[in-house]
Amino acid sequence: MTKTITIGNVSVEIMNRFDLSKRLVALLKNDEAIVAGIGNTNFDLWAAGRRPQNFYMLGSMGLAFPIALGVAIAQPRRHVIGLEGDGSLLMQLGALATIAAHKAQNLTMIVWDNQSYQITGSQPTATAGAADIVDVARACGIKQSLWARSPQDFEAQVKKAIAGGEKTLIACKTDDAPPQGQTHRDPVLIRENFMQGLGVRSARTFAPE
Amino acid sequence: MAETAPSSWFDIAIAALKRNEVKLITFVPDRVLAPLIAGLQADPYFDVISTTREEEAVGIVSGAWMGGVRGAVLMQTSGFATLPNVIASLLVPYQIPAILIVSERGTLGEFNIGQALVCRTMRPVLESLATEHHTVTRIDEFDFILDRSIRQAVKTQSPATLILSPLLTGGKTLPTAERAR
Repeated sequence: MTKTITIGNVSVEIMNRFDLSKRLVALLKNDEAIVAGIGNTNFDLWAAGRRPQNFYMLGSMGLAFPIALGVAIAQPRRHVIGLEGDGSLLMQLGALATIAAHKAQNLTMIVWDNQSYQITGSQPTATAGAADIVDVARACGIKQSLWARSPQDFEAQVKKAIAGGEKTLIACKTDDAPPQGQTHRDPVLIRENFMQGLGVRSARTFAPE
Repeated sequence: MAETAPSSWFDIAIAALKRNEVKLITFVPDRVLAPLIAGLQADPYFDVISTTREEEAVGIVSGAWMGGVRGAVLMQTSGFATLPNVIASLLVPYQIPAILIVSERGTLGEFNIGQALVCRTMRPVLESLATEHHTVTRIDEFDFILDRSIRQAVKTQSPATLILSPLLTGGKTLPTAERAR
């Protein structure tokens, strides 16, 4: 039975982070980059299937969107997706204002909002109360900010955001299911793999002649 | 015609950044750095981004470097004090050569006790993470230190911090009227 939550006058489904991560990866056809925030966000991205264009943070909580903006600036022809949890984003809300002010448009920000610091014992975040991530993003100047109403709506919004030419924030209310994996924890390998995925480094450096 | 050598510390910085292809500049504003920020903003070679917090500024240059563009972060001492987490959990373990340029407050005529105390945390943090850092006091050494530090950071994939002393920049002092009190 699907659970819903009403935000303003809109009813949105409470979705599953791993399911949405799989749907997201399946939609990517042009080597889009993904920068995934610390914790369960990148654990479920890892579990959704490895790809060289994925970057997994092991610290620096709150910086997935700033890192994604940096990639988007450096590679204007590539679409870049930032994945962040509500707790992480609340730590660095100012980044939304910075991103809104920058001219780069090849950036989509996705927020998994489970209304809790799930990895530390599910203490509620401010979004369990009055805080609304989409309202915050709009007020910071990210005009294309919206709630995904269902998994199908999420897919449609992601497709539109990637094709659209305007930076977009898509927020999803997610459930309390645990993540489906654990990211490999070698930062240098993660970074080198990502740079190869972005074409900055050659994957053939150590290949036989 | 021979090129004239830049005469101010901020022109030296702009020339060294450009020579080393450091194109992306992120910053949190600072009075002492104002002429450097203005000079970078006036030069179309640079993409200059004002951020709300220094951590964010480091995140942006980290992403850009992985995407193939070099970057530097400008801040003052108290801004540096917000960075130990991101230096220890992003720059150092992922081997990202961010260039951190810090205008030094808190010494040589500081008038704010908070700035003076936070200044004393900066070098111990850099030492504890074993990252390269230099304090620049003389204008005739600035180009050499900045140029070599950027090159070393890139080649060794390590962050580098340049602390700009009031001896170089003049620092920030109280207006004369207030000094008399």
